[in-house]
Amino acid sequence: MKILVAAKRVIDPENLNKIKLSPSGELDSTGLEQKASPYDEYALETALRLTESGVNPKQRLGEVVVVTFGPKPAEQMLRAMLGTGADRAIRVDSTDDALDGTVVAAGLKALVDREKPDLVLLGYQQAEHESNEVGQRLAGLLGWPQATFAGSIDSENDLALVVGREVEGAVARIRVRLPAVVTVLDKIVHPQSVRSKHTPAGHAYPDGVRFAALMAIMAAKKKPLAEIPLSELTREAPRVRYLAAEMPPRRAAGVRVKDVHELVTKLKTEAKVL
Amino acid sequence: MGGILVIAELADGSVRRSSLSAITFARQVGLPFAVLTIGEGARASAQELAVFGAQRVLVADDPTLKDYVCERFAPTVANVAKDGGWDTIVMAASALGKDLAPRVAAILGAGYAPDINMVKVDGARRLYRRPMCAGNVLGWLEVTSPVHVVSVRPTEFAAAEPTGTVSPIESVALAAEDPASKQVEFVRLETAKSERPDLAEARVVVAGGRALKEQFMPVLQPLADALGAAIGASRAACDAGYAPPELQVGQTGRTVAPQLYIAIGISGAIQHVAGMKASKVIVAINKDADAPIFQIADYGLVQDLFTAVPELVKLVRGPG
Repeated sequence: MKILVAAKRVIDPENLNKIKLSPSGELDSTGLEQKASPYDEYALETALRLTESGVNPKQRLGEVVVVTFGPKPAEQMLRAMLGTGADRAIRVDSTDDALDGTVVAAGLKALVDREKPDLVLLGYQQAEHESNEVGQRLAGLLGWPQATFAGSIDSENDLALVVGREVEGAVARIRVRLPAVVTVLDKIVHPQSVRSKHTPAGHAYPDGVRFAALMAIMAAKKKPLAEIPLSELTREAPRVRYLAAEMPPRRAAGVRVKDVHELVTKLKTEAKVL
Repeated sequence: MGGILVIAELADGSVRRSSLSAITFARQVGLPFAVLTIGEGARASAQELAVFGAQRVLVADDPTLKDYVCERFAPTVANVAKDGGWDTIVMAASALGKDLAPRVAAILGAGYAPDINMVKVDGARRLYRRPMCAGNVLGWLEVTSPVHVVSVRPTEFAAAEPTGTVSPIESVALAAEDPASKQVEFVRLETAKSERPDLAEARVVVAGGRALKEQFMPVLQPLADALGAAIGASRAACDAGYAPPELQVGQTGRTVAPQLYIAIGISGAIQHVAGMKASKVIVAINKDADAPIFQIADYGLVQDLFTAVPELVKLVRGPG
């Protein structure tokens, strides 16, 4: 199976509370580390699990190509993902302000037409804008089935995937025939969330994503990393324009209550929520 | 601009309350709007939707729409929008809405304003506001294409109230089948055994931290039962295995905004706060008086949770 993983470099989510706005209301990430959006890291982990048996992770049983849209520094993230196990990487060269869901989906569509993967995997949303739209748009443009909010994936001989979609406290299980687009939640990296056609029954992964070994990071420097200008893939222009952002109002500390009685009284009479 | 097409979502044959938030959006914008109810059995829901001042209630009712499959719903939604000249398509930012809206936008070549919490009409301009960066920033955006697709955060748009008028009801035809719909099959919906409300929709959330240890469920369940609340957890509690991961509230978990959020034994790590700070009233119970959670709590109680929570259960249940 050949899988295309789309990833985006964002401000480290652990630092999003330190984000500032420039005087003109633009996101100011000065001094904040940038890294792959965590859900895209889960997408890569999912892709690796689908292209191996899990017993011998070094034996690749498929191909994983990771792609990002962004400027040159985004290659650092791609190198890290190659170190983690992706086989190849592509950077679609663009400035971040030239991108929106429309542009990225159109660019990915052109890339899919070239690469002909069996599956495109993405995080269900990226951690900065949280738009949650590229996978669905891409599936729409390709005329492929989509499975969003994936918490589990079982491969049926790489012809179809049974996907458990986490939808508001329930799981909607659907079967998508490949090729398809799937977007993943964090639950996808639980020990038994992903079963490839090669995974032995009962196999359990360590919880979470794998980390690159030092040797693998060194070896990843030799893995192919291609660069494609955005204009070669699409001429679409963004259909949304972000204006000056604002900071949400800060919550002030409230009052201390002396005991549970006072708490319940205040919740009933003052806050009126009980 | 022409007008707004509101997409209503059905659950067990009736209209989901979150769809009434999308109607509120349409009324706030102030343009004529229609409501499309789509799904098997949609006809029965049309009366329910005819009382909110829509110019028309449109019905797409067909056995092929029995279970929600995006590839079957999206082409009809897009077609109805095109045929009616509706140039804004809005739905609730529910799991269904978030799945459906971008595919509809792709079909229509439309820009998408996702998960908005405010709309402002400024002459000919329409500005959408939405939380980004785990709630740390409020972004304002404009859609620059002629057609807009919008999803609205149900917690931020009140459910519409009836207007005292009655809208005419019309049937609409299904769009030609999307070839992708043959490639997908709905297997089944597995609802959690829990009778509790979902985290994102609960009026009250009771959330616990690592301090609860193995007593996480035994301590929190009675309180959640007494309040009809959903149970949430900090990442620390989930990572330690004290709470199942789907309960995680925070940057990498669920984002909630209930009327009442009770944080129990939760220190208030930034990544947790990001997922719950939009709650209307926040209560913190923690024996550590210096826990950061107290800085954002409306009501703080410094007490050992293992004595405070059972007392709270007793008081909430009341005499008898």
